[in-house]
Amino acid sequence: MSNIKKFMFVNRKAPYGTIYALEALEVVLITAAFDQDVSLVFLDDGVYQLKKGQQTKGIETKNFSPAYRALEGYDIEKLYVEKESLEARGISEEDLLVDVTVLGRAEMGALMDQQDVVLSF
Amino acid sequence: MLHIINKSPLANNALDSCLRVAQSGEILLIEDAVYAATAGNAFEGKIRKALERFRIHVLQPDLEARGLADRVIEGVSPVDYGGFVDLTTTNKTCQSWL
Amino acid sequence: MPSIEVDGKTYETDEEGYLTNLNDWNKEVANYIAHVENINMTEQHWEVINFLREYFEEYQIAPAVRVLTKAIGKKLGADKGNSEYLYSLFPYGPGKQACKIAGLPKPTGCV
Repeated sequence: MSNIKKFMFVNRKAPYGTIYALEALEVVLITAAFDQDVSLVFLDDGVYQLKKGQQTKGIETKNFSPAYRALEGYDIEKLYVEKESLEARGISEEDLLVDVTVLGRAEMGALMDQQDVVLSF
Repeated sequence: MLHIINKSPLANNALDSCLRVAQSGEILLIEDAVYAATAGNAFEGKIRKALERFRIHVLQPDLEARGLADRVIEGVSPVDYGGFVDLTTTNKTCQSWL
Repeated sequence: MPSIEVDGKTYETDEEGYLTNLNDWNKEVANYIAHVENINMTEQHWEVINFLREYFEEYQIAPAVRVLTKAIGKKLGADKGNSEYLYSLFPYGPGKQACKIAGLPKPTGCV
């Protein structure tokens, strides 16, 4: 079908400190309803969104991290994390709460160039 | 691809991240990102290096508003609002880095 | 704030009748909301409601109808994992109506 576009959502903010991460997640869930080719990218502090073991009771904020595990059920299976961003934060793939594809910065840049729509959060 | 940046590179890592991940294409500096395009700014070296891989533009009205229209780094091209629109139409995709 | 009263207790809801506090939910409240929605709760209805509660417990979101349908099919069988079946139980939409009865927020992306 020619009306399927490649959408990429670029997540660059840590959760909770600002509303960006949650807003991006909501937009992604809505986009899923339109049967598009959706990719999620996590760069910079955005990789913290996927950190395992988030417990938000003490800050009285909704813990939305379990929703990333629901993405598979929404047929959103392309999750990419930048290697350099993980390394700069002392986080490894095993620390993440979903399966992701780790890409180096150049591969990530190439992937961005292939998209029809790129939305940055 | 056109990358649009609107934050000062000394206060926010958007431009740094863009230069790290993107390999080529065009960059447009607007709002507080125009500081990156000025000679003498601590970011000047990175902009000069980036000019080898990217075409870099800066929004003239934002430079003028900040009193910096006279010190644009050589090789960075100032554009007006019409030029801004042209950049968004000649590139297949745009990414506004937040 | 709108509210509903069940067995002498008051529960806060939003404008559309969704419970404000997830923890307020219990079977009596569910039956009351179902009654308001003109739904007579059967075992088949509870199966879907309980499924939704479990889904929310795990993922902290209310699933979109398409996702719910697929997931129900996986868990309860293909004869139940289709929209004809789910709409027969919840005529105004399994997303909206079943989530309301299950005490969940309105599904994201539900138009």
